[in-house]
Amino acid sequence: MNADFVLFGGLAIVTVLSALGMLFSRNAVYSALYLIFNFSTVAVFYLMLSAPFIALAQITVYAGAIMVLFLFVIMLLGAEQTGRTPPTWWMQPLALTLAAILILEGIYLIFTHRTSFPALQQTLGDFGDPLQIGELMFSNYLLAFEAVALLLLVAVIGAIFLSRGRKFR
Amino acid sequence: MLFSETATAGLTFFSLAPLVLLFPLLGLLINLIWGGRLSEKAIGGIASGAVGLTFVVALLQMISLFSHPEGVVIPLVDWINIGELNIGWGIQVDTLSVTMMLVVSGVGCLIHIYAIAYMHDDVRLNGDPSRYRRFFVFFNLFILAMMTLVSADNYLMLFVGWEGVGLCSYLLIGFWYDKGKDGIGNALAGNKAFITNRVGDFGFLLAAFTMFGLFRSFNFDRVFGQVEQISELLPLGIFFITLFMLIGVTGKSAQLPLYVWLPDAMAGPTPVSALIHAATMVTAGVYLIARSHPLYEVVPQAQSLVAWVGTLTALFAATIAIAQFDIKKVLAYSTISQLGFMVAAVGMGAYVAGMFHLVTHAFFKALLFLSSGSVIQGVERGLHEAEHHHKGKHSEGHHLDPQDMRNMGGLRQRMPTTFWVYLIGALALAGIVPLAGFWSKDEILLKASYKDARLYTLLSIAAFFTAFYMARQIILVFFGKARSEAAAYASESPKLMTVPLIILAILSVFGGALNLPGIHAFGHWLEHTIHHMPAVKAGVELPEFSLQVAAVSTVIALLAIALGWLVYARWGESLQKEHKPYVDPLELTAKPIFGVLYNKYWVDEVYWTLFVNPYKAFSRWLAEQVDWRFWHDWFHDAILTGGFKRLTAFLAQPIDLGIIDGIANGLATLTQTSAAYLRRFQTGYVRNYALAVFAGVVAIMSYLIFALR
Amino acid sequence: MVPIYYYIALSAVLFTLGALGVLIRRNAIIIFMSVELMLNAANLAFVAFARLHGGLSGQIFVFFVMAVAAAEVAVGLALIVKIFETKQSIDIDQMNLMKG
Repeated sequence: MNADFVLFGGLAIVTVLSALGMLFSRNAVYSALYLIFNFSTVAVFYLMLSAPFIALAQITVYAGAIMVLFLFVIMLLGAEQTGRTPPTWWMQPLALTLAAILILEGIYLIFTHRTSFPALQQTLGDFGDPLQIGELMFSNYLLAFEAVALLLLVAVIGAIFLSRGRKFR
Repeated sequence: MLFSETATAGLTFFSLAPLVLLFPLLGLLINLIWGGRLSEKAIGGIASGAVGLTFVVALLQMISLFSHPEGVVIPLVDWINIGELNIGWGIQVDTLSVTMMLVVSGVGCLIHIYAIAYMHDDVRLNGDPSRYRRFFVFFNLFILAMMTLVSADNYLMLFVGWEGVGLCSYLLIGFWYDKGKDGIGNALAGNKAFITNRVGDFGFLLAAFTMFGLFRSFNFDRVFGQVEQISELLPLGIFFITLFMLIGVTGKSAQLPLYVWLPDAMAGPTPVSALIHAATMVTAGVYLIARSHPLYEVVPQAQSLVAWVGTLTALFAATIAIAQFDIKKVLAYSTISQLGFMVAAVGMGAYVAGMFHLVTHAFFKALLFLSSGSVIQGVERGLHEAEHHHKGKHSEGHHLDPQDMRNMGGLRQRMPTTFWVYLIGALALAGIVPLAGFWSKDEILLKASYKDARLYTLLSIAAFFTAFYMARQIILVFFGKARSEAAAYASESPKLMTVPLIILAILSVFGGALNLPGIHAFGHWLEHTIHHMPAVKAGVELPEFSLQVAAVSTVIALLAIALGWLVYARWGESLQKEHKPYVDPLELTAKPIFGVLYNKYWVDEVYWTLFVNPYKAFSRWLAEQVDWRFWHDWFHDAILTGGFKRLTAFLAQPIDLGIIDGIANGLATLTQTSAAYLRRFQTGYVRNYALAVFAGVVAIMSYLIFALR
Repeated sequence: MVPIYYYIALSAVLFTLGALGVLIRRNAIIIFMSVELMLNAANLAFVAFARLHGGLSGQIFVFFVMAVAAAEVAVGLALIVKIFETKQSIDIDQMNLMKG
């Protein structure tokens, strides 16, 4: 047992618990806060996987911008409290059972095939740093990058169109 | 002089030959399109002019033939091209066809001119002047068809002309289709002519088909070129061709047994009788045999059959002519008899004699018919005159038949010109020296005397009867006293009619000069076209004139005339004082025989009983029983309609309503009921759908684990 | 070094929890947040495999996923606001007009 395993184990437990917290909080605001917590721990995993740029983007874009937007909407609508009762009585137990089966199946699948994973190499010093990502993104993935830019523009216009007031119609 | 110069210079007018078809066509088209606005004189002038121009073209052809007697074929158009069947439309210019062209257009032109005046009165007497134009259109159409017939260079084109003249004959016989016995007699006469000719034309067609089967061609030159070769291989084939062709000839040229239509054809106006039923169309059969002589020469049996048919017809028709009272009927039977002479001549291989008689007969028989027309109209005028004189009083003549010779007599003084030309025509026909008929008939009798004594005897008897009935006719019409008011008041015809008569009379007198014994201009002229087969040519050369034969025939004719004079002039005159109305002297003495002849041997009645009535009964049976009862009532109504109704009822009720609608409705019900159950799955809750997807993911995952284990 | 399949397993667990959230919550916003959690799990797998194969394309994909998620959230939240305006609720079970 070395420090890596300890760190991973601890953080994994925190991640799963925060996800469960998001899932089962009655208040939507709590759910959002649990999710922010969850995202932050995932960012630490990114750091451990030699992806510092992604880790920082996770903190700023997800935990920062997107979740703030969620909180803003929750508070704007005042829709913190909503019942959890599903439309049919068998729905919730069935969903839980299926989820448990899926988790067991996934973990079983991964751990039975763990030998087929190649051995993990020591990374080079500058692996995943912003310079490399930037070079790759603006050379090989330039078209996709531009397409995403267009997508964001369309999303912005769509959001404005949907949320404009009656007086503009 | 001019003509001989051009001829020696080698210039020919052969290229003008197609004009013989074009001019009549033009005349007919002009009258057809603009005739309504033209005067009668103009219409007649155009029609006559067209035929006159045709005559001029024919003359030019004749002049060209003097320097190039072998003749030419001028191809006009390709007519039919199917496989090996290549039929062109070409003009055959040789001595034989040009002879026919000259006769047709020359005599035709004179008759056209005569008809200008004759039809002027005729349309008024019959009460429809608007038919004047129609008459000349038909007349020009006839000339066109006849020219096609004689100028053809193959049998199919000849057949087109053959049918064309038949059509014109039908149209012109029925020209006054609303007149005649019971207002339909003329139309029936036209029908009779047309239907009788159909029988003959059927024979012609059979001949043409057999010919094509044997020779693979209709072209004269190609057919005749193969005759020798084919006759060695298949003589029976050529025999059948000639036999079938003879049937066609008996139809068109009014020979036994198909002659019956010609007497009835007199229902047409008199110029029609003269042009079509005496001078030209009916001689087409003679022309056909002369044209086909290479075929006939290789089958002597067919030749003798032709000769016998002609001879018997000549005798048979001559006897009937004795007992007829209608002035035109006498001439009609005379025509049949004379055609018999011609057919007998060509049957005996005397083509020159036959053609010679054809030409002279065209002259004097046209003359006789036209003169009889003049007589008839003279009597008609007399009838009007008589009515004029007897105004208010009872007049005898309202129902008087202007064609009945019993109502005539003494016309010599009333119509002198007509009398003289009629006399010339009658003497020419009777065969009195030196008129045209003597020379041509003598040639035929000469040939017969060498060929077969029986034929010679029969033909001589026919010649005797010919002279006798002509003497009878002349005496009945022109001598003695007038036997009716109409005849007493009759008057001479106008100049326009008498001038053509005089021209024809001159031709009838001098026509014999064409082929005088010793010179034989006509014979040498035709020799260029009618080459005898080598085998025949090698035979005995016949003397060209026999004083004995000539003397016998002249004596016979003179005897017959004398007998006629005795019976009708002497005896008849005395009888007339006792009997009124007129009685034929022969009728008193030999009533049974006269009855037989008067009723024309009851041939028409026999034909009616044997053919027409059974045929009509058969047609009626077909119409009423087979067509109506069987086809209409039983087959159509009961089987077809009833069966169809039952079938549709079956298809509609059990099949359509039961099975097909059942399938459609069943499908609809199935869809409805299954949808009623399936709609419960659509809860509308998004999460239910998501759960289904999730369950699917779990199932796939389970499968992967199971499969990858 | 922690073996990569631990990360993959964690990713699988997080994904399943996100899916479970979609299935058991009625609040449209929380369902939306669960979708974000699922995306995040996928991102984790991307980054883990990028680390395993030593290539940067996985990380670039994660970047694109984040951009798409941002766009999605912008539009999605606008839709939720709109739905709330018409129905005065963001209960997903009340939106069942498509019921058969």
